Amino acid sequence: MHELSIASSIVETVTAEMLSRGLTSIGKVGLRIGALTNVDPEALRFGYETMVVDTPLAGSTLEIESLPVKAICRKCGLSFEAHDFIFICPNCESGDNEVTQGQELEIAFLEAD
Amino acid sequence: MTDRIAIEKKVLSENDRLAGEIRVQLQARRIVALNLVSSPGSGKTSLLEKTIGALSGSVRMALIAGDVQTENDANRLKRAGGKLVRPIVTGGACHLDAKMITRALGELDIENIDLLFVENVGNLVCPASYDLGEDMKVVLISTTEGDDKPLKYPSMFRRSSAMVINKIDLMGFSDFDLMQVRRNALMINGNLNIFETSCRTGAGLDSWYDWLRRLIAAKRA
Ligand SMILES: Nc1nc2c(ncn2[C@@H]2O[C@H](COP(=O)(O)OP(=O)(O)O)[C@@H](O)[C@H]2O)c(=O)[nH]1
Ligand SMILES: [Mg+2]
Ligand SMILES: [Zn+2]
Repeated sequence: MHELSIASSIVETVTAEMLSRGLTSIGKVGLRIGALTNVDPEALRFGYETMVVDTPLAGSTLEIESLPVKAICRKCGLSFEAHDFIFICPNCESGDNEVTQGQELEIAFLEAD
Repeated sequence: MTDRIAIEKKVLSENDRLAGEIRVQLQARRIVALNLVSSPGSGKTSLLEKTIGALSGSVRMALIAGDVQTENDANRLKRAGGKLVRPIVTGGACHLDAKMITRALGELDIENIDLLFVENVGNLVCPASYDLGEDMKVVLISTTEGDDKPLKYPSMFRRSSAMVINKIDLMGFSDFDLMQVRRNALMINGNLNIFETSCRTGAGLDSWYDWLRRLIAAKRA
């Protein structure tokens, strides 16, 4: 389960941000997670909440925005949503395309308590 | 009113930074680096054993073998004739990360090599998220698995540049359909290079070796 190592990377980053901003506690951590990252939000939430007990992040929760997968067709230029991860252009049926959204694994914001 | 502080940071930025450093280090030496991923048992170590046997006369190779508990795979690669081999025992982690590769590379003399293989931990989910500084990921699938594997693990097939369909000698013992697995994989990634191999009979391995030679030649050009 890589959700645990991802949770620990989040804890590290947030801890560093709190230090550099002089925050002593935190209420919410906002995340942006693309559907192509294989991250299970519930497993991540669970890992995070278990990990922050007895740290300055204790009591904080994750607010997760899930982003669908989008791609742009290299042949005809159409931007389309890759439903069910099917990367076939609905306009010209080409399979040559570039992912434009869905690989995000980002911390978007913090909310102080 | 709670204060919202915008952060905009990648969660794996530290891994990505280290992977970037590895990539620079490998590029400076013109080393082709491939990250092999698959479910446990698809044949990553077997493919590397064959590749060492076939290419070690002409290609200078280094291999890093990741495993959750043992160094068995690294030992197999040494027995197959691998000269520069390092194990990484993750001690439970389900994927390799860039920090582990940095450490392993520090223990290998890569000054004069052409090709670096990393055998990742057997897992089609987690290794997809961790850049190791490789040029490409190569995903293996064997004919004893379902031909719907690409649809179940789209992220890995999307992020890979090549797919090796291994154990074709066992075709017919299951309902695995070669055309179907190709179709499924190409719907997710239309640019996949596809190989069909048997590490048992040797079938299809020549085109795999040719592809490796072409990658090495392109790197030197
Ligand atoms: N029949 C057959 N068996 C294979 C083939 N490739 C690997 N194996 C066997 O499959 C098992 C797992 O292979 P291994 O290389 O250890 O897989 P890994 O976990 O992906 O490294 C071993 O018993 C191999 O001998 C193949 O092409 N055909
Ligand atoms: Mg192995
Ligand atoms: Zn198109």
